[in-house]
Amino acid sequence: MNMREELLTIIERNSRIDLKELAVILGVTEVDVVNELEQLEKEGTICGYHTLINWEKTSNEKVTALIEVRVTPQRGQGFDSIAERIYKYPEVQSVYLISGAYDLLVILEGKTLREVSGFVSDKLSTLDTVLSTATHFILRKYKDHGTILSEKKVDEREMITP
Amino acid sequence: MRNPLADKVVEIKPSGIRKFFDIVSEMEDAISLGVGEPDFDTPWHIRDEGIYSLEKGKTFYTSNAGLMDLRKEICNYLYRSQKLTYNPVTETLITVGGSEAIDIGLRAMLNPGDEVLIPQPSYVSYEPCTILAGGKPVIINLKAENEFRLTARELEEAITEKTKILVLPFPNNPTGAIMEKADLEAIAEVIIKHDLYVMSDEIYAELTYKGKHVSIASLPGMQERTLLINGFSKAYAMTGWRLGYVCGPKEIIGQMTKIHQFAIMCAPTTSQYAAVEALKNGDGDVAMMRTSYNQRRRFLMDAFRRMGLECFEPYGAFYVFPCIKEFGITSDEFATRFLQEEKVAVVPGTAFGDCGEGFLRISYAYSLERLKLAMEKLERFVKKLREEAK
Repeated sequence: MNMREELLTIIERNSRIDLKELAVILGVTEVDVVNELEQLEKEGTICGYHTLINWEKTSNEKVTALIEVRVTPQRGQGFDSIAERIYKYPEVQSVYLISGAYDLLVILEGKTLREVSGFVSDKLSTLDTVLSTATHFILRKYKDHGTILSEKKVDEREMITP
Repeated sequence: MRNPLADKVVEIKPSGIRKFFDIVSEMEDAISLGVGEPDFDTPWHIRDEGIYSLEKGKTFYTSNAGLMDLRKEICNYLYRSQKLTYNPVTETLITVGGSEAIDIGLRAMLNPGDEVLIPQPSYVSYEPCTILAGGKPVIINLKAENEFRLTARELEEAITEKTKILVLPFPNNPTGAIMEKADLEAIAEVIIKHDLYVMSDEIYAELTYKGKHVSIASLPGMQERTLLINGFSKAYAMTGWRLGYVCGPKEIIGQMTKIHQFAIMCAPTTSQYAAVEALKNGDGDVAMMRTSYNQRRRFLMDAFRRMGLECFEPYGAFYVFPCIKEFGITSDEFATRFLQEEKVAVVPGTAFGDCGEGFLRISYAYSLERLKLAMEKLERFVKKLREEAK
C-alpha cells in the first residue's frame, strides 16, 4: 500500500486523528501529510469529513428508506440529468445508478413515514421520466459504513505462556 | 508413595512470563502489553469456511499428515513467496501449531548428547523441548549492537563436534529482529561447512516491515538441511485454531509424522478447512494487518525517541525491545515497578534468556489507543526513574 492509500484508509475510519500522530504512524513528516491532504481535497478524492451517528441512541426520530426507481433514460444524457433532479433534494442522502431490475437507488431520510411517502408520491413519482418506484423502509441498522453499530469490542485474550 | 514425577521434567524451570501474568491477571485495571498474539479476529471468510465445514459434517479425522488440499496450498504458498518446491505428500506435515513442529522436530532428530544451538533472546520453548528430546541446549547470546541478528562469527564460535541443529528464530520474538538475505548467506556458509541442520521457525514470516522475509531454506544447498516451520496463528490471526506446519527433507518429515501420528493423530479438521481458505484468499487480510502493525511500530519507536529511551529499530513480528540499562535496575525490577506504579504490564527481557537482561518486550498487538495510553504512562515512569537517579 502506498502512503496515499494508507492515509486514506486511516482517515476513512478516523478523520479526527491528530496530524502529528498521522505523520508518525505513516512514517513521514507532518508537512507531507498536510500537503497530501490538501491535494486529496483539491482533486475531490476526499469529499468531506463526516461523523457516523447512531441516531437510534438519540431522541431524534428518523426514518430511512431505500427507493428503487425505474426511469426512462434521456437521449444524449442517459441517467445523469434525472439523477441530478433527484439528488438536488436535500432529504435525499444518496443516489446510485444500479445494474439490474431497476435503475436508480435513492436513499432518503425523513422525520416520519408520512414525510418519506409524501416525498415519493409528490416529488419523485411525478417526475416525467420516472416509470415506477418501490419504497423499502429500513427497520434497523446493524452495520453502517463498515462499522457494527451495536458492538462494543472487549479484549478477551487470556493469559498464556510461553 | 513413590515420587510420581520424571526428574527431567521437574528440573525444567517454568516459563518466566508466567509469573508476571499471574500478577497481571489479579490486577483489575492493568493495561497489558504482554500478550504475544494478534488483537485481530480471524478474518470472517476464514471463520466462515470453518463453520461451513462443520455444517457439512466434516468432523472426521484427516490423514495423519493433514488434508491434501491444505498441504498443496502450503506448497503453493512457499513456492509463490520463496520459490521453494516441496512435495506435499512426503515433505509436508500439518501440526498443532508451530509449537508441535518444534517439539517433534527436535525429538525426531536428536540423539542423547547432541547439541542444539539456540540464539537468545528467543521464544521460550526451544530450550525445554531440546532437553525433553534428550539433546543439550547451547545458548548463543545475541547482541543489541548487531540488532539481535545472528552473525557467522557468533555461530562459528558456538559450534562443537556435537553440534547438530541450529534453531533460527527470525523474525524474532521477543526482539522483533529480522535476518536479511545477506545475513542468512553469511551463516549458511558456516552451516554447510560444519554439516549442521537448521530448524527455521518462521512463524512471523508474513510480519516484516523492511522488504519481504527470506527463508534460509531458499539459499543454495540449504533446503536439504532445513526444517521450515510456520503456521497460521500470527499471519492470519488464528492462534486459537492451533494450526501450523513443517516442510523439510522427507527422511525427517517421515519420522516426525511417525511421532505425530502416535501422539496427536492429526491436526484439528475444522482448522485445516479454514486454513485452506486462508491460504487461497487471505493475502489481503495479511496485508491489512501488516499495515496496521507497522503503523503501531512506528508510533512506539517515535514515542521511545521522544522520551529518550534507547531502542534499535525492529523490522519484524509485533514486538519492540527497548533498552532500560540507563536506569541501573534489572528488567524484572523495572517491569515489576512499572506494573505496580503505573499498572502497565510488559515482559522483562530475561524471560527470553539471560542476555535479555536490560531489555523489555513490548507487544504492539494492541490498538493504537491502548498503546498511546501506555506510552503516556511509560513516559511518566521513565521521568520518575530519572528523577530518582539524580
